[in-house]
This record gives sequence, C-alpha cells and structure tokens, in this order.
Amino acid sequence: MGLTGLFLISFLIVHVGVNACIFVNDQGEAYNTAAHFMSHNWVLRIVEIGLFAGLLVHILQGLLLWKQNSGARPINYKVNAANENSRWYSRSMGLLGTLLLFFLIIHISKFFIDTKIALYSGDQPHNLFEEMKEEFSKWWVVVIYLIGVISLFWHLLHGFQSAFQTFGINHKKYTPIIKSIGIFYCVVVCLLFALMPIAFYLKWLE
Amino acid sequence: MEHYHMNLTLKVWKQKNSNDAGKLETYQVKDISSEMSFLEMFDVLNEQLITNGKDPIAFDHDCREGICGMCSMHINGRAHGPWDKNTTCQLHMRAFKDGDTIVVEPWRSKAFPVIKDLMVDRSAFDRIIQAGGYISVNTGNAVDANAIPIDKKDADDAFMAASCIGCGACVATCKNSSAMLFVSAKVSQLALLPQGAPEKESRVLNMVAQMDKEGFGNCTNTYACEAECPKGISVANIARMNREYLKASLTTED
Repeated sequence: MGLTGLFLISFLIVHVGVNACIFVNDQGEAYNTAAHFMSHNWVLRIVEIGLFAGLLVHILQGLLLWKQNSGARPINYKVNAANENSRWYSRSMGLLGTLLLFFLIIHISKFFIDTKIALYSGDQPHNLFEEMKEEFSKWWVVVIYLIGVISLFWHLLHGFQSAFQTFGINHKKYTPIIKSIGIFYCVVVCLLFALMPIAFYLKWLE
Repeated sequence: MEHYHMNLTLKVWKQKNSNDAGKLETYQVKDISSEMSFLEMFDVLNEQLITNGKDPIAFDHDCREGICGMCSMHINGRAHGPWDKNTTCQLHMRAFKDGDTIVVEPWRSKAFPVIKDLMVDRSAFDRIIQAGGYISVNTGNAVDANAIPIDKKDADDAFMAASCIGCGACVATCKNSSAMLFVSAKVSQLALLPQGAPEKESRVLNMVAQMDKEGFGNCTNTYACEAECPKGISVANIARMNREYLKASLTTED
C-alpha cells in the first residue's frame, strides 16, 4: 500500500507540474507543448503502463485490506468514541479512495481517452487547452473536479506520512520533518489541481 | 479534590456464553462515591444483583493497580474509559457526574471471543508470545551486570516496550482490530537488546505469522492504539517491527 501509494504520489508531482503550465496564461501554448511531450515520448509511454499497474495494485491492496479488516471485528461497538483517539480521514481511507476511483473514471474518460484517440488517429493536432476551457465552463464539471480534489487532499494527508511508517521510518528527528513535507505537499498539489477548473470557470485565463 | 456521591444508569453488555447473541442490559446504581474506582462501582452493582438473586456481571480483573493487564472494559466508546494512559481499574468515579449514563461493552475482535458478559478470551496474545520462542542465555554463574555494554537509549526503548501489559486495548480500539502495537512491543523489547539478537529474525517472522493466523486485522496507521494504550506504547515500535520484518524476510532462507 505504502510503496504503490508513494509511487502514485510521485506521479502527481509530474501531473500537477504539467497542469500548472496553464497559469503561464499564453492561450495554452506552454501547456499544450508540455502535454504533447508527455503523450508523444516513448519512454513516458512505458512509464504510463507502470503507472496504471501501480494504480491497479494500489486498488487491489485496498480491497484486500478492506476485506480482511472488516472481517476482524464481526460485532461492532454500540458506542464508539473513535474521534477521541484518531482522525476521521485516517479511518476513512477506503471511502476516500472509492470517491477518488469514481472521480478517476470520469476524469480518464473525459481527457485521457480523447488524448489517446487524437494520438493514434494522428491527423489533426489535439488542443487539450481548448478542450479543458470548454469542459470547465460547465459548473457541474467544476463541482465534480472539486469533490475529487478534496477527496485527494484528505487521502494524501493520511497516506503520505503513513507510507513512511509502513516502511519502518519513524524517527524522533525525521518524522516531524516528513509530516511537515506531507502537509506542504498536500496543500500545494491540491490547491494547484483545484485552481485549474476554477480558473477556467471564472475566465481568469483567456 | 471534592468528594461527592452520584446516581448512575449503566448499560452493560450481558452475554451468557460465547454462543449467546448477548445484549445491553440497563442497571441503576445509587450513592456511588466519587472516590471509588470503576471496578469498585461494579462490585457494588454485583453485590446488589446477588442480593436480589440475579446473575452478577462477569468481568476480568486482578491486581487493580494498573499493572497486570486483566481489566478490559470498553467504556462510553473508549478502551479503559475516558482517561488517557489509564487502565479501567485505575479509572475513578470522579470521571463521571451524577445522572450520567455509562455504556460498558467487552473488547470487540474476532480474535478475542466473549467468554461471558465483559470477559473475553485473550489467549491469542499468549500464543503470539509462545510463537516468539526462547532467547538463548548462558547458564552457570551469573554474568557481571555490565559485561555486555548496552546503549542507554536502547535500554530505555526496550524498557518502554516491555512496559506493555498485554491488556488488548490496542486491538479493542483499532478500527481493524489489529494487534500490531502489542506484537511490536513484544518484538522490540528483545530486538533492541543484545540478549535478544541471536533469534531476532525467526522471532519477528513467527510472531507476525501467528498474529495473522489468530485473525487480527491489518495496521492502517490510524494510531488509535497509541492514543488509547494505558502504558503509552509508541507506534515507533510498529515501525521498528516493520523494519525487523522486512530485514528478516529478505535475509533468511525460509
């Protein structure tokens, strides 16, 4: 879980980096160049297979955990003051992950598949920036994306530091640093992701 | 500290045996002193039940001074009740007010089946410790106390881990009923010391295998165990066990 999680976390840095190119505000030229490079580089095509494999393994591990752990307590407590001893998002990783999966299905069917079709049919240049502009002019698309990003934020807030604990890294000196980096990462990555649909919807980028 | 008396409504889990479905029963207790311990309050209730010809509530207890690990109640949704780093026997009635309703349930885990009422079978813990095996020590004359140099920090960490009383609050409070805090404390107390070093690998592998066999859930790092542990055992022990386990899996041949 930790290993695949950290792999996906490293992918998000690349993803958010490419996305942030829209804020150059040059009618999407920088962004389209970056997106074109990402989709036309054969090394990245191979890495992409690894990414989907990582995602799949992460989901399967999650399902296995859910199955084993829900069987470990057949009778629940009538009263459970769980908020007194742990954070809600740490206890809701399965739920947040499921929300993220639904979001990913919508997200991939919207942008990823279109990009692939354009890549392999190959006749006309694909303008992802214009496509995004159009998609994010619909308020309900923006809402779906914001729900996705919020789920991602809580999922990562637990996941980042949790991965290190799983690897056996719990150190008086380094763990507070890891936790701070985790919070910084979550805030920056999620804020950048959230700003994208908002910027298009509010027509900050023309 | 102010001394007062209180009347309470108790909702206590009653279950005849491990096959019975069980349910919460409501009891009233009157004139409970704020200076009583929680278990003394249960003694008063049981006296009352016995006098009235009813079945007393079965609960585990032994030393009543917070060191044996026998008491095991889930009180108002928390293992060992509302006080931090505290066992049920050391919980005092001044934690409650007159007119309070207190819900008391047994530890809940597939690996801890209910024997009767609030008593659960925690022998799964004994089997995990047995799976850890022996440590090899020289017999004969007692060795000089300082013959083996041990870093003060390692000695302290080992001692901290060894303060686990095996009560099972970690399992009871974990949303996954995971026994990782308990097992990691037992692994750490020996892994940190040179005396425990020869069997380091086999110990961690065997104890974890037994833990899985007993039906405990997996650790998802919510750290609820650390928050509810009456002895304040740190989740750093879980990280240490993860390291030991990884090392042992990679370096041993079986």
